[in-house]
Amino acid sequence: MATIHVNDSSRLGVLEAGQAENSANQIAVPMALRINGKEHSLRIDPRTTLLDCIREAVALTGTKKGCDHGQCGACTVHVNGRRVLSCLSLALLHDGEEITTVEGLGTTEAMHPMQAAFLACDAYQCGYCTSGQIMSAVALLNEPCGPDDAAVKELMSGNICRCGAYANIVAAIQQVRKRA
Amino acid sequence: MHIFEFIRPADQTAAIATAAQAKTAQQGADVRFLCGGTTLIDLMKLNVETPARVLDINRLPLDKIETTSDGGLKIGATVRNSDLANDERVQRDYAVLSQAILSGASGQIRNMATTAGNLLQRTRCVYFRDTAMACNKRETGTGCSAITGSNRTLAILGTSDHCIATNPSDMCVAMSALEAIIHVQGPKGTRAIPFGDFHLLPRDTPHRETVLEPGDHITHVTLPPPVTGSKQVYLKLRDRASYEFALASAAVVMNVDDGNVGYIRIALGGVGTKPWRSPEAEAALSGKAADAANFRQAAEAALRDAKPQSKNKFKIELAKRCLVHVLQTAANG
Repeated sequence: MATIHVNDSSRLGVLEAGQAENSANQIAVPMALRINGKEHSLRIDPRTTLLDCIREAVALTGTKKGCDHGQCGACTVHVNGRRVLSCLSLALLHDGEEITTVEGLGTTEAMHPMQAAFLACDAYQCGYCTSGQIMSAVALLNEPCGPDDAAVKELMSGNICRCGAYANIVAAIQQVRKRA
Repeated sequence: MHIFEFIRPADQTAAIATAAQAKTAQQGADVRFLCGGTTLIDLMKLNVETPARVLDINRLPLDKIETTSDGGLKIGATVRNSDLANDERVQRDYAVLSQAILSGASGQIRNMATTAGNLLQRTRCVYFRDTAMACNKRETGTGCSAITGSNRTLAILGTSDHCIATNPSDMCVAMSALEAIIHVQGPKGTRAIPFGDFHLLPRDTPHRETVLEPGDHITHVTLPPPVTGSKQVYLKLRDRASYEFALASAAVVMNVDDGNVGYIRIALGGVGTKPWRSPEAEAALSGKAADAANFRQAAEAALRDAKPQSKNKFKIELAKRCLVHVLQTAANG
């Protein structure tokens, strides 16, 4: 029978020797995650990536799983205002931090300017990479980035679009930057 | 991914005490420090790394960049790659480091990856990353699938009959040329490791990639005072324009006085089993006229011992031209 030390916050997810790992419930640990301004009390397997936690435990499915190995950018979210790949991070690393997903940017009625620009510029085709693209693009507004398209392309290279909507994605980002 | 115990050590002493219980700090370590996660989480998903205990060191106070008393720079272990590359002092005095970091990975990954993590970045050799394949680095004595397999992107310098895996880091190439010092705190105290002594050649122990032992914790990296008047250039050649590992890269720190090469430091990336400082190329160029013929001579010297595999002979000429171009760019100021 599993014994989990849940009272000592420095030893989250401790397993006793010989414990089988066949039950996710047995090894789940409690944690709190703040996403889009809302606190979520969760019980998760310590192995849960930030991506899987956002999608499966919190049921915010705007963040997408593409490669799950840090090669496509579909899972991009913001942690404390900086863009990161949620697939290469554990949820447990992020208690007390401010996580923003695409759901936290705007609403259908009141879109973030970047969302509106993607719509206006037709900056997507199938849409699977779009939330990652938009999360990267919004973070880019606060990063050192030269004025020309080449600088934008370089800083957006971590977001792959299999449909090839790149030209319109760059146009959308430049539209927002020029209006800022 | 195998199950692990997640621990957030209260301080560095606690982190070191726990890590010191590991059997090894090298491939397959049973205790791992976790920071950015861009290498470790990836390899844990692939079951290439299966630590029983994972120590979250993200919140240890090692995230500062400070000027040292001798005018150099002290870079904390957990400084993120993007913060290092965009630091004003780095851009002004150690431009080659900023260029190298910004040529690597993506904006998201640079926001996560740390200084110490980048020092320990693992090879992208596809056989190392696939537990179904033989790989001496991952599992000692199983053989090297790459020597007879897909080796187009792999190393031509520093290889052995046991391993030809390339070190993938850009940051390390620049730090090699800048003669960085790696500072480690371990169970027996602190030590300062010159950059060139930190990474190991594969020889017959490719699972040993660095001199780190159980409990060794990188605290910071120092850069010597900037070389006054030096021109610094990093160039990375790869299969696509961005977000790709190097086929060949070169970092140069050079002073040209009255048309002659004075101070010169050269390192190559994408071609070596470790970040590849080239004293041969430096010796070939030091004191000589800064001209195309001597740049080519330096490149020939740098690649003299290159040993191509079945599919990467092109890298020899590619690396030479990369270095010549970097030297020319630096000379043109």
